[in-house]
Amino acid sequence: MPRVLIIEDDRAVREGVRLALRRQGHEVAAAATGEDGLEQLRTFGPDAVILDLMLPGMPGLEVCRRIRAHDQVPIIMATARGDDTDIVVGLEAGADDYVVKPVRARVLDARIRAVLRRVGAASGDHGTPRTEHHGDLVIDRAGLTVTHQGRPVALGPSELRLLLTLSASAGQVFSRQQLLEAVWEHNYHGDARLVDACVKRLRAKIGEPAGRPRYVHTVRGFGYRFGSR
Amino acid sequence: MLRALSGLRVRLVVAFTLVAVVATVTTGALTFREARTGVLQQSQDTVIEDFRHRVNTLVPNYRFPPDESGLQSFANDVSRGGRSQNWRVLAAYRDASATSRPGDSFRELSQAMRESVRTRRATVFQRVTRDGHSSLVVGMPVTFAGQYGTQRRASGLEVYLTVPQREEQGYVDALVAAIERATVPALALAVLMALLAARGVLRPVRALRRATRSIAEGRLDTRLAVQGSDELADLSRTFNETAAALEGSVAELRRMEAGARRFAADVSHELRTPLAAMSAVTDVLDEDAAGLDDDTAMAVRLISEETTKLAGLVDDLMEVSRFDAGAAALHLDDIDLAESVRRTLASRGWLDTVRTSLPEPGALRGRVDPRRLDVIVANLVANALRHGAPPVRLRLRAEDDPHAGRRAVVEVSDGGDGIPDGVLPHVFDRFYKSDSARTRSEGSGLGLAITTENVRLHGGTVRAANHPDGGAVFTVVLPLRPDGAKAPVRRAAKEEQA
Repeated sequence: MPRVLIIEDDRAVREGVRLALRRQGHEVAAAATGEDGLEQLRTFGPDAVILDLMLPGMPGLEVCRRIRAHDQVPIIMATARGDDTDIVVGLEAGADDYVVKPVRARVLDARIRAVLRRVGAASGDHGTPRTEHHGDLVIDRAGLTVTHQGRPVALGPSELRLLLTLSASAGQVFSRQQLLEAVWEHNYHGDARLVDACVKRLRAKIGEPAGRPRYVHTVRGFGYRFGSR
Repeated sequence: MLRALSGLRVRLVVAFTLVAVVATVTTGALTFREARTGVLQQSQDTVIEDFRHRVNTLVPNYRFPPDESGLQSFANDVSRGGRSQNWRVLAAYRDASATSRPGDSFRELSQAMRESVRTRRATVFQRVTRDGHSSLVVGMPVTFAGQYGTQRRASGLEVYLTVPQREEQGYVDALVAAIERATVPALALAVLMALLAARGVLRPVRALRRATRSIAEGRLDTRLAVQGSDELADLSRTFNETAAALEGSVAELRRMEAGARRFAADVSHELRTPLAAMSAVTDVLDEDAAGLDDDTAMAVRLISEETTKLAGLVDDLMEVSRFDAGAAALHLDDIDLAESVRRTLASRGWLDTVRTSLPEPGALRGRVDPRRLDVIVANLVANALRHGAPPVRLRLRAEDDPHAGRRAVVEVSDGGDGIPDGVLPHVFDRFYKSDSARTRSEGSGLGLAITTENVRLHGGTVRAANHPDGGAVFTVVLPLRPDGAKAPVRRAAKEEQA
């Protein structure tokens, strides 16, 4: 039974989502503030976090960054602001997915299951166990660890999955749509922003110099390609 | 060319020149006439007086009636007496005549004049121009004084004099030349004045024209520099006042419009929070409705349905306010359009209800915003399903335009009654409700408006029409930019950066 933590300041939304998700079969904890959410993250130990972007006190983006600093738990952002910039900022702060409020419980449930599947799939990716070397980047597909210049890189589930997908077929160009399907399992199409934001985060974590990426290359108009140099 | 000729400058120059010509010519002509008359009158008076005096002095010295030699010497004597050496004299008595110069035919003397001298018994004169030279011809009958000086009797002796008027002609010619010489500077001065006047008028007029154009192009802060206090300065001042008033009104309108837009966005946004709570539990309500009594179940389902609709409406409103605020950006991606359309239909469960005619996979690729293409197609198909009748058809094809390049055409048609003619022009308007056939809809009334905005963002067109065989046809034409072509809207910074 997946454990979900809801961080949401509006009582009606918090209770509504909690009720709906409980009915969908999740074990749910709820926090009204970012601080409380971070506390419950420690005590409750959720499998996924649903995080409201606009919170009193500590804003959602800050909460997201703090969670990401020491935890790779999947984060789904729930935002009442559907503007591109809000979504992109949220995704770049480390969220794995986002939903624009209002959202039906079934959709939210599907998204939670999708991110959980991603984590499961990543950790359960028991192909031929091997360690790949791409320049300074070492990817251990069996141990699901990534090191860059000998230092371990803490990647979120989406980032890890993206890196594994891209590096499994180095040199091949993936369209954003293909990556959306492979990494986020969205069967609807569109949100290329997810891919772009995740690539940006991934590049930052594996120390890509701005404007001259060494591993994840942009193929203008098509998508992305992996290749060391 | 024609416009330049009918321009103010040309008209002013022509008018000034005409005035100058009329003035100089009239003045010249009058002056000329008076001067000429004066010159000629004076000279002829002198000549006639001299002539008469001479004849009167000489006549008593001759025997009467004169013989031929007497006539000859009389003519010679009279001609010698003239102050000028150019006197030619003809003396005639009955059929005999003699001239002061031998063989002089005296062609200047006309028969009419001789007749007049003979009959009127008075001094007669005439100006004659011959071969370009004018001369004065004077004729005088010699008369005897009558008894008591009352009646004069003709003696039959007639004396004629021809004096060339070279000197007078010279005066007149000089007069004409002077008038001509005076006309040229007058005309030049008139043209110069006209140009100056035109410049004085045209400069402010041109400034006014430039300023008006500038205002029309949206630079509402355009003002004119006002100089002087004439009518043109008044006009410039009025222009400035009008421009200021216009600028104020437009600013006020913009402020109000921005306020209204912000209000719509804020309201929509505020609605999202309660809707988020309601939407989350609608599934719970739907599930539990089965176990409730009929009335309660109906009430619960109604709330659930309306919540879903309200959520859709708020979503659409947010989208529209994003378009209004100019905050909608294109995220172009190179995609297979047929596949994209198929996904749109599949994700909404319409694959079985919509008949499609799509190109082969990979045959039609282009740079579009996949999310917005999804909205375009979904709204058109939803509209056809909701308002039209089956069969709903979707056709996607490529079209090569010599000017616009390669374009994708999406055609959605239905088998309904079509759209009434009065409704057609408004079908893309926001919240437009047409006649009873298309009234109470499940949609927000914003779907087609959002479609239009999305198409426009791509630089494409959308139009609605009725098929000759019945049913409405919506056609979307989207330009397919080859990779690297510039998008009409700034792409997201992250993509540029990548």
